[in-house]
Amino acid sequence: MGPVTVSPACALQAHGLHVQLGRLPVLHGIDLTLPRGRWTSVVGPNGAGKSTLLKALAQLIPHSGEVHLLGDPVATVPARLRARRMAWLGQNESSGDDLRVWDVVMLGRLPHQAWLAGPGPADALAVEQALRATQAWEWRSRALGQLSGGERQRVLLARALAVQADVLLMDEPLANLDPPHQSDWLRMVRQLLAQRRTVVSVLHEISFALHADEMLIMAQGRVRHQGRCADAATHRMLEQVFDHRIAIVPVAGQWVALARDD
Amino acid sequence: MVQPDSPLRRQARWPAVVAGALLALSFLLLLLAAAIGSTGLESLTTLRDDPVALQIIRDIRAPRALGAWLAGALLGLAGAIAQGLFRNPLADPYLLGSASGASLGVAIALVAMGATPYASAWLSRLGLTGAAFVGATGAVFLTLVLAQGVHQTMRLLLAGVVVGVVLGALGSLVMMLQPEVMLSMQAFMLGSTGFVGWSACAVMALVWLLCAPLAIALSRVLDGLSLGEATATSLGLPLPRARVVLVVTLALATGAAVAQTGLIAFVGLAAPHLVRSLLRTTHRNFLLLASLMGGLLLLAADTLARSLIAPQELPVGVLTAVLGGGYLLWLMHRRSGAPGG
Repeated sequence: MGPVTVSPACALQAHGLHVQLGRLPVLHGIDLTLPRGRWTSVVGPNGAGKSTLLKALAQLIPHSGEVHLLGDPVATVPARLRARRMAWLGQNESSGDDLRVWDVVMLGRLPHQAWLAGPGPADALAVEQALRATQAWEWRSRALGQLSGGERQRVLLARALAVQADVLLMDEPLANLDPPHQSDWLRMVRQLLAQRRTVVSVLHEISFALHADEMLIMAQGRVRHQGRCADAATHRMLEQVFDHRIAIVPVAGQWVALARDD
Repeated sequence: MVQPDSPLRRQARWPAVVAGALLALSFLLLLLAAAIGSTGLESLTTLRDDPVALQIIRDIRAPRALGAWLAGALLGLAGAIAQGLFRNPLADPYLLGSASGASLGVAIALVAMGATPYASAWLSRLGLTGAAFVGATGAVFLTLVLAQGVHQTMRLLLAGVVVGVVLGALGSLVMMLQPEVMLSMQAFMLGSTGFVGWSACAVMALVWLLCAPLAIALSRVLDGLSLGEATATSLGLPLPRARVVLVVTLALATGAAVAQTGLIAFVGLAAPHLVRSLLRTTHRNFLLLASLMGGLLLLAADTLARSLIAPQELPVGVLTAVLGGGYLLWLMHRRSGAPGG
């Protein structure tokens, strides 16, 4: 379903990405390459510009510099095609309390539908798959406003999944999720990766971020480091940007970030 | 597996059922409104032999009832657009300054007409309607200019407030300088369906036929917007263009209603809420239902206003304000009592 004519190895590339919010410069010339079919987690202290980077990559805020999506300059890709290739899940966005869960997730199918045409069977199938993937299928006829924070997050996650985009950008996707559903989210990401999809997530929970393939460490609007999550250099840089207030240690075969209590 | 299951299917029929009920009620009320006169309820059977009564129905009551319905339908549609566009359940059609713009237009027109006493009643009526329409749409245009476009919802809202306050003050100033227009202004600001004739009905019907399809064609943008502007953009929706069209639609529908019936309060605010309390649906159905609900509301209010203290009648705007205000208060009470609300 993705583009097959070109087979670029990179999901997203950015060159000289500058973003200014009001008069405040937030991103100072970001260069990055996000490999295709991999999971990259973006981490960094508060105010590092992680969410802004994700929004700029998703073309949701004005920026200078170039962004390439699957090999094409994103500025030349029509909005609907771009929306089919790249999905974005935000944090703390006000959400349609009056819409039913089914209708919310169906909005993820908008890029696939002709302007005045209604949803078809393929759309209904995609919505059902997405709702089942986040264990939200049971609430499909309830209004979003009737759900708890974690339930709502799972519906919004399903909305992003329903796009079936090659590149999925997620800003704090684990917000409000309880531990079992955090594990479910990990499993869901692994399934996406098995389908050669690219996942980019901003996560404040460092231990979760360390499950990714690659890690992009940001501080003060700049990329400080990009490398594999298992690398010792990545761990050292993590400890450094967090002022050595955390320690990265192996526990039961996983890398875990511990808060230093001294 | 693929098809939505039975509760969804059952819900899918709801909008059609509600629309049918609203239309049927409106039709019954239209008949009732045509039968109610200044002498109370008259039976339609005796009217058949009475050419004068028949003419009253044809020339006065029928266009007035239909006009009330149409004005309400325009306001309901405008209210639903405003609430979707600004993602705010308290948004109403007058939000972008239409109301005070229309009042200023009417005040100026009244003063100008007072200066030329030879203007015929028909001409003056047309002049007032035109002035109200120009004032209402001009105010929205001014709001757009001040907000430097439609891109920032917050700026648009603030500009609307500023325009509303400033034009409202100018309108009051005009009234102070020419106190003899005060009485006519008062009638306009309270809203009345008393002057609506067939030509006004035709104008409003035409505007509705233009605005409703436009709004419904953009209903997906409103759906997307309910998840936030960034999400809507990420879905590939043409937000800037769609916003312009929606604001123009909103201004047109509001302007047409205000020009014919004055500043009718609360219909545009209450109609969408009433629909929401009946069912939850996407904007495609919601816009249409809110419009039907607005028509029914204003027609019901107008019929009540004519019959409550017959042979006198209440300004319908007073009635909608009291009923609409009461309804919103009740809604507020119910919401605050609901768990998690």
